[in-house]
Amino acid sequence: MPLQGAIALILLCQLVGELAARAAGLPLPGPVLGAVLLFLYISARGGPGEDLRQLSDGLLRHLSLLFVPAGVGLTEHLDRIAQEWVAIGTAVILSTILTLVASGWTFTLVLRWQDGRRQRRGMA
Amino acid sequence: MNLWVYLAASPLFWLLATVLAFTIAVQVHERTGRRAWVNPVGLAILLLMGVLLVTGTPYPTFFAGAQFVHFMLGPATVALAVPLWVHRHEVRATALPLLAAVLVGALTALVSAVGLAWLLGADAVTIASMAPKSVTAPVAMGISEKIGGVPSLTAAMVLGTGVLGAVVGPVVLRRVGVRDPRAMGTAMGAASHGVATAAAFQLDQKAGTYGGLAMALSALLTSALISAAILFLR
Repeated sequence: MPLQGAIALILLCQLVGELAARAAGLPLPGPVLGAVLLFLYISARGGPGEDLRQLSDGLLRHLSLLFVPAGVGLTEHLDRIAQEWVAIGTAVILSTILTLVASGWTFTLVLRWQDGRRQRRGMA
Repeated sequence: MNLWVYLAASPLFWLLATVLAFTIAVQVHERTGRRAWVNPVGLAILLLMGVLLVTGTPYPTFFAGAQFVHFMLGPATVALAVPLWVHRHEVRATALPLLAAVLVGALTALVSAVGLAWLLGADAVTIASMAPKSVTAPVAMGISEKIGGVPSLTAAMVLGTGVLGAVVGPVVLRRVGVRDPRAMGTAMGAASHGVATAAAFQLDQKAGTYGGLAMALSALLTSALISAAILFLR
């Protein structure tokens, strides 16, 4: 598949995803459904072509850049943030750290439990 | 002066400014030894905010140019299917820890953000805007609108949460004994969506893949949890 084919495929998956989310009234974002569609397509083909692989690598390697425009939107809310910076700052910082720890520990604990169960089964 | 008036209103100028600011931020990140706290996204945002404030440029004028970069978020999300396919066998084997971690993460993010903001006396609009802060921006903005928040304020908090998670995520997780790249990626994606997923991709490709998965699952779960809460409270 040539590069333009890979670009068209990704855009097509996104478009169908957006349309499906809207038509079904799902609270899901179109691109997430688009990713599901692309995954199904790749599975059906037995793997992504070289061009699709490179395009995906390129997009994901520069993922950070894509968040910059939305972030600059902070300038629109400087007044509110100046007024409530203690509450906003504390809530964002503590909540983010709590979430990181809770989620990281859950993954580790459930993985350990699952591995332990598999091992016990293996021995029995 | 007339030239500046032309330039300042031109989408091309603000598109270039966005890419340039990011290039500078990446250079600073590299030159300072790739320290996590010199986050390229955060630095680029601060640089551009400075330029807008100094030149008195309204955000919509800036966004008319920057939207071409912003647009690529959709295709990049779709592109997550590729690393997901590449790592599919391993992901299937860890489906249970992944789901459990994202569910616990989404609940913790929601309850702690709303609870803390409320305890600290934030106003109702701020609290509603903050509730979906750990979810990827386009979904978070949709949720915020539904529950009486301000979508663009939500976008700002989402980005703040993202940069914070990218910066402190690896340090906090190692400190509490989470070193498995799969667990680290999942926690970063669940707490701080795409910005931290981008940082996770730089740690390790596997961590990035789990970050992307956690981000997508958390968008689904948080939408579902909030929809359920709305129905229940009604």
